[in-house]
Amino acid sequence: MEQKELKVSAIKNGTVIDHIPAHNLFKVISLLGLADIPNQITFGTNLESHKLGRKSIIKVADKFFADDEINKIALVAPQAKLNIIRDYEVIEKKQVTIPDEVVGYVRCFNPKCITNHEHITTRFSVVSKDPLELKCHYCEKVTSEKEMVII
Amino acid sequence: MIKNKSLVSINDFSKDEILRIIELAADFEANPDQPLLRGKVIASLFFEPSTRTRLSFETAINRLGARVIGFSDVNATSATKGETLKDTIIMVSNYADLIVMRHPLEGAARYASEQSRVPIVNAGDGANQHPSQTLLDMFSISKTQGHLDNLKIAMVGDLKYGRTVHSLLMAMSYFNPKFYFVAPDELKMPQEYKTFLDEKGIEYEEHTDMADVLPEADILYMTRVQKERFSDLLEYEKVKNTYVLRNSMLDATKPNLKVLHPLPRVNEISTDVDQNPKAYYFKQAENGVYTRMAIIASILGVK
Repeated sequence: MEQKELKVSAIKNGTVIDHIPAHNLFKVISLLGLADIPNQITFGTNLESHKLGRKSIIKVADKFFADDEINKIALVAPQAKLNIIRDYEVIEKKQVTIPDEVVGYVRCFNPKCITNHEHITTRFSVVSKDPLELKCHYCEKVTSEKEMVII
Repeated sequence: MIKNKSLVSINDFSKDEILRIIELAADFEANPDQPLLRGKVIASLFFEPSTRTRLSFETAINRLGARVIGFSDVNATSATKGETLKDTIIMVSNYADLIVMRHPLEGAARYASEQSRVPIVNAGDGANQHPSQTLLDMFSISKTQGHLDNLKIAMVGDLKYGRTVHSLLMAMSYFNPKFYFVAPDELKMPQEYKTFLDEKGIEYEEHTDMADVLPEADILYMTRVQKERFSDLLEYEKVKNTYVLRNSMLDATKPNLKVLHPLPRVNEISTDVDQNPKAYYFKQAENGVYTRMAIIASILGVK
């Protein structure tokens, strides 16, 4: 356990997001907008994991996510675990939960959906969490996990 | 209840609201000339052509005494200059008291209802929803059977892509029906609808031969099996004549059976059926006018 943590350097204050499936690391980075913030961020990928095979881990210094912000990543990293760090100590552990509504970050898979033709914020209700199924508020078609594209 | 509400999807209307529309449609059929909307302006925006639906809506509007503005050919509009649907709808909603719209893209009517200052009536958005068709089907069923409860409804043809059968299935689910689905394997009723029926405890059977279900049915809802829906054309050639209704097939059916079809028909109902008193599809189309009068009058709050 200790050794694994050391593969990515420790942070003083901030959030560690662990157990991200390795192939979805960049989706998580994009969902959380990490490319556009000035905070120090370290990440490791293709780390060994009993649960996931290959996992990724992200450490964001001086950043504490709101629940609705972090729950976005549940779509691509449903087993992600958050460690909230203060002064090098883990003060809280959290799990992500799939939200009931997904607004603005998934594309509808239906090429004939109006949201793929005009500049419209997409909106889905989550009709099933496992397997993940999102029903479009506009065209009423269901986008499955396999068809899901993050905007 | 219905006043000022958009009608985008059949799921927007409750059981009571559906029954209310059916009751009003019967009232309009008995008295079609009720100029309750004199002085009102209704927009009829057809971003893709649909002669039957447009004429039906515009007849309904005229019979209610309102005026119609709009277009039936998108090529004559600013959409060809690249105007967005949003801008068109915002502009027209400043002119008209209600907007009837048909659009080739799915979800267009829902989106329009969020942009518009006035109610939207969806006259078809791609393969998604066409709620006035469902309501006129319900009115036709209710009128011919005297009620909507506990009916045996056979749906024949393209049950995979046919939006009319999907919407009718959802709306009829309030009334404890039994369904018979008759379709070739490639065009079977999608699982999501069967799951919906399972959850509601509604009975259904699946068949590939129409003859198996004809003696049971109160309503025979025919749809067109389209060649372009088949990935394997050989498969189409094999089944194309299986889903054709001929007059002789109606001999051993219930006396109250009525044959419905959303039209246009191609060859799936042979023309010798037209004279049979059980053929109801042309009357069904006429019922569309009264149903649309009922929809518009109740949304504009005059009924």
